Amino acid sequence: MDLSEVITLLFQALPEVITLLFQIIPLFLVFTAFLCLYRVVIGPRAGNRIIAINVIGTKTVVLLVLVGFIYGSPYFVDVALVYALVNFIMTLAVAKYLETGGI
Amino acid sequence: MLESIILDLISIGFMLTGTFFFITATIGLLRFPDLFTRLHATGKGDTLGAGLILIGLAIHAINAGMTSETVKILSICVFVFATSPVAAHAICRETYIKEGKHWVRGGKE
Amino acid sequence: MCAEKKMPRFLAVSIILFGFWLLLSWHFDPLHLTLGLISSLLIAYLSSDLLISEEEIGFSPRKVFSFILYSIYLAYNIVLANLDVAYRVLHPRMPIDPQIVEFKTKLRSDVGRTILANSITLTPGTISVDVRGDVFYVHALSEKSAEELLRGKMEGKLMRIFE
Repeated sequence: MDLSEVITLLFQALPEVITLLFQIIPLFLVFTAFLCLYRVVIGPRAGNRIIAINVIGTKTVVLLVLVGFIYGSPYFVDVALVYALVNFIMTLAVAKYLETGGI
Repeated sequence: MLESIILDLISIGFMLTGTFFFITATIGLLRFPDLFTRLHATGKGDTLGAGLILIGLAIHAINAGMTSETVKILSICVFVFATSPVAAHAICRETYIKEGKHWVRGGKE
Repeated sequence: MCAEKKMPRFLAVSIILFGFWLLLSWHFDPLHLTLGLISSLLIAYLSSDLLISEEEIGFSPRKVFSFILYSIYLAYNIVLANLDVAYRVLHPRMPIDPQIVEFKTKLRSDVGRTILANSITLTPGTISVDVRGDVFYVHALSEKSAEELLRGKMEGKLMRIFE
């Protein structure tokens, strides 16, 4: 088997590998998000719960971009951009509220 | 053809490494003993995990010829890198002011 | 506030807002460009005091170059930090020995301090907890990473950019 055959084989196989990854990585992300829900439920205080929710939010941003690629519709990237902004503002607002008792 | 293969391989590598760091961040969140140490795991692992997966997807978008998506995904990536430490710092400061103590190996401070 | 100080800030804010408009719309026909220009100028006129504060950072090619060098150094350190945390998380006995150390900074500008605090959070074994005046309170995961921070290599690199 010479080099050009290897290149042709890789050229045909790699897009399928990427399609497979687009199905496996979201499964891992959803699974770890469910593991984070344990920390949301158990606590101990509000601080731990915000950390877990912030982590779930970051996973959701990545998931939205991946879903956009899976369905082939580029509008999900805009949704992910706005969701990243909302996630950040939400964390800051809750932390400020817990620190001072008002926003 | 050859550069398409190289870009594919780089993007697969980025995405797999990013998933690994996401998983370690989650295990750290569940396993570490108090809030500050949990923030060590999530503040770093989440930032780099999200950043690596997004860079991998941006490389895939370049390869597929979608310019606007590439720019948008890279801007999400820059935004995550700039804001994730700030969010961690806000939670950390709140807990430090309210509680003032942290977990120490072999007993309480 | 005097007028000649207000003008560059107004221009900077409107350029940032117009760039964000281009990023989100990604249409380059005259109608969308005109609408974006009008709305970004209007918003910059109304709220340019809020986004950028009084202090100014002089731009020079040397500073931009050293900022790019700093970003590469930071990216290398972020990867090291994640490998370090992954090792500590996956180790069966969790080799951590947390402590809070104090760290006095010589940086004056707010932007420089913000970047220093963010870099402390992203580099191996340390997160910034609180800032009171000149003193940073830093939570370190082990003795070694605290010593590494107190040596002040990162602060020296930032001093060259912002002072």
